Amino acid sequence: MAEIEVSHLTFSYDGKRDVLSDMSFRIEEGETVGLIGANGTGKSTILKLLVGLLSGHQGSIQADGVEVEKKSLEEVRRKIGYVFQDSDSQLFLSTVYEDVAFGPRNYGYSKEEVERRVLRALKQVHMEEWKDRQIYRLSGGQKKLVSIATVLSMEPEILLFDEPSIALDPRNRKHLIHIIKEMKGLKIIASHDLDLILDTCPRTILIAGGHIIRDGNTKDILMNQKLLCENGLELPLSLGNMKTV
Amino acid sequence: MNKLQQAVAMLHEVDSEAGKRSSKSRIHPASRLFVCVLFILITVSFHKYNVMGLLSMWLYLLITGIWEELSFWKGLKRIRYILLLIVLLGTANLFFDRNVIFCLGSMHITGGMISMATLLIKGMLTVYAAYFLLMETGIEGICAALRTFGIPKGGVTVILLIYRYLILLLKEVQRMSQAYQLRAPGQKGIHIRTWGSFVGLLLLRTMERAGDIYGSMLLRGYQGEYRQQEVLGGRISRVLSGIYAAAWTLVLLFLRVFPVFQMVGNLLG
Repeated sequence: MAEIEVSHLTFSYDGKRDVLSDMSFRIEEGETVGLIGANGTGKSTILKLLVGLLSGHQGSIQADGVEVEKKSLEEVRRKIGYVFQDSDSQLFLSTVYEDVAFGPRNYGYSKEEVERRVLRALKQVHMEEWKDRQIYRLSGGQKKLVSIATVLSMEPEILLFDEPSIALDPRNRKHLIHIIKEMKGLKIIASHDLDLILDTCPRTILIAGGHIIRDGNTKDILMNQKLLCENGLELPLSLGNMKTV
Repeated sequence: MNKLQQAVAMLHEVDSEAGKRSSKSRIHPASRLFVCVLFILITVSFHKYNVMGLLSMWLYLLITGIWEELSFWKGLKRIRYILLLIVLLGTANLFFDRNVIFCLGSMHITGGMISMATLLIKGMLTVYAAYFLLMETGIEGICAALRTFGIPKGGVTVILLIYRYLILLLKEVQRMSQAYQLRAPGQKGIHIRTWGSFVGLLLLRTMERAGDIYGSMLLRGYQGEYRQQEVLGGRISRVLSGIYAAAWTLVLLFLRVFPVFQMVGNLLG
């Protein structure tokens, strides 16, 4: 069963100031959870710790029952897909097909299986017609969709998105929301885009100062103007005209 | 477009063209690499005064260029700086080798002049051959061919990553120089006082980006070996690749052993 359990997580980049401090939460299979907070509150840090891109934390992180540590990284990374904030950091090969096929090939799948996974992943993000396109010829929105496909081709049980809607125009953003909603499995979305969180995540975790400030129903948190303002956030635009707490 | 933008665009263009060609090709990159290396070895083996022999080697490039629809003019524009370097190196021959080989009217043709000409021709032939190989197979194809010849996976991966990081580095230079120029419109280039911080920041930014990309590779199962598309495993392709390598080997050896131009001249004369 794909689930994530974080207990008493503390992390510091420089060994002096804790970015995350004694943080605990649990996310069950099939849940979609929004991770919100002002700049520099550690949203991306949490995601990077979950996939083992950062190490040296205190406390425990378990993905699907496996402790995230050096010796288990390969197993953990098979289970978790991570979509980077900047698509240019995720895409590094010449064509769409080659980049999406990179993961499945590394896991030693046959040519037919690699092709099946690539085409399936591209279909999921509605980019199947672009498979032979050079990466550098894609728009920002298309690059984002292809970076999601690179992760989907590995068919992970858990998906992490770091600011997925950044630099997307309204149409691509709407498209992305639709794609995220269609995806199955456990998803964590770290974002400043509170409207995106409202649209996609039934549950939200608000973090500030390295601590979890609130963990609960998304609407309850995002309609609480006082809570949001205290933690450096604003009401989502779509809730701006509604009655708030 | 400034020179940096042109350089980045050119690399992408090369990638793109090579991608299109290699996807249509039935010849295994290993065969192409073998023929290219053989061509280069034979070309450099010609004696420094054997201009006529060397000229016959153009046949390979001519056929390859026509067959693969590669533009010599475009190629010349892309490799012009390397050729310029070869010319600069070749001029040294004029001073070291002053023996008069023959006279053309009142003009004394020295060994240095001839060896400079052969060096220039050798340079053009070998650089063109490498460029054509890149255009036919792409960097991924060349790396796959190197693995076929048993080059260690670490070495091949390093070649591939250097190629990718080169694009990354150029893009960062482009971004930073654009940002600089927009705030220093009256200046031509980057002021020498800024070079220190510019280069330092460039390295830091490129390293950060390279780190992110490496992280992305690790998250997708990368374990030190870049696994490529299984290139052309079919029987027909294997046969065609074999014929291609064998035929070119014979032609190149023939061109090396027999002075083709002289023979044609004798026949016509």
